Amino acid sequence: MNTSSEASGQHLAVRVLLFATYAELAGRALVELTLPSPATVQDVLRRLRAALPGAEWLPDQPLAAVNRSHARLSTPVRDGDEIAFLPPLAGG
Amino acid sequence: MSPYLTHAPVDLNSLLAAVSAPERGGVATFLGLVRNHQDGRTVARLVYSAYEPMAEAEAARIAAEAEGRWPVRVALSHRLGDLAIGDVAVAVVAASAHRAPAFEACRYVIEELKRRVPVWKKEFYADGSVLWVNPTRPGMGAPPESVPTT
Repeated sequence: MNTSSEASGQHLAVRVLLFATYAELAGRALVELTLPSPATVQDVLRRLRAALPGAEWLPDQPLAAVNRSHARLSTPVRDGDEIAFLPPLAGG
Repeated sequence: MSPYLTHAPVDLNSLLAAVSAPERGGVATFLGLVRNHQDGRTVARLVYSAYEPMAEAEAARIAAEAEGRWPVRVALSHRLGDLAIGDVAVAVVAASAHRAPAFEACRYVIEELKRRVPVWKKEFYADGSVLWVNPTRPGMGAPPESVPTT
């Protein structure tokens, strides 16, 4: 289902999830962002840095996911996507 | 596939039951236990957390890859929450007609889980300090190679 902003082709809204050390350092686990369309994960990262002043802990190329699958910084994002930036994985 | 993540102790018997069949004569098992040391420091306990929906999806993808690549059935489970030294954090079982594919598939699954599934470990040390484990940092294991993306 398209929102009016996507239909206009001007802006898209995404939910950005942060986990583990990133969530602790940001002081939050969810950031909702609106950015011009079209956009990539890299654009979301740039916008996230602006929304989190002092986020030097966020690496230049963090592991990222779009809609629960691993993604590249060049992966396009769409209105309503769930973007996640993942600290180094340490399962098992 | 049953859920990968559990807040209860890992139930190895149910994993074995899920892969057992009369035609499968070889079962390989890997258990990852909570270790009492990291980088020369004494670990007291730790907490695992996850990006749960993605961890479930990624674990299911890895299991499907193994079952597509070898003639095996695999089952896997990772515990979240507070764990003590010696607790089972992760278990992988792979069953096949013979041992070679079972061992190979089991190894594949645990290596891919560690590389791709979004789970994090916060360690509490005996000296009172606390650290999110970063395997990419020098002295904390090999850096992950690039992960498959959409």
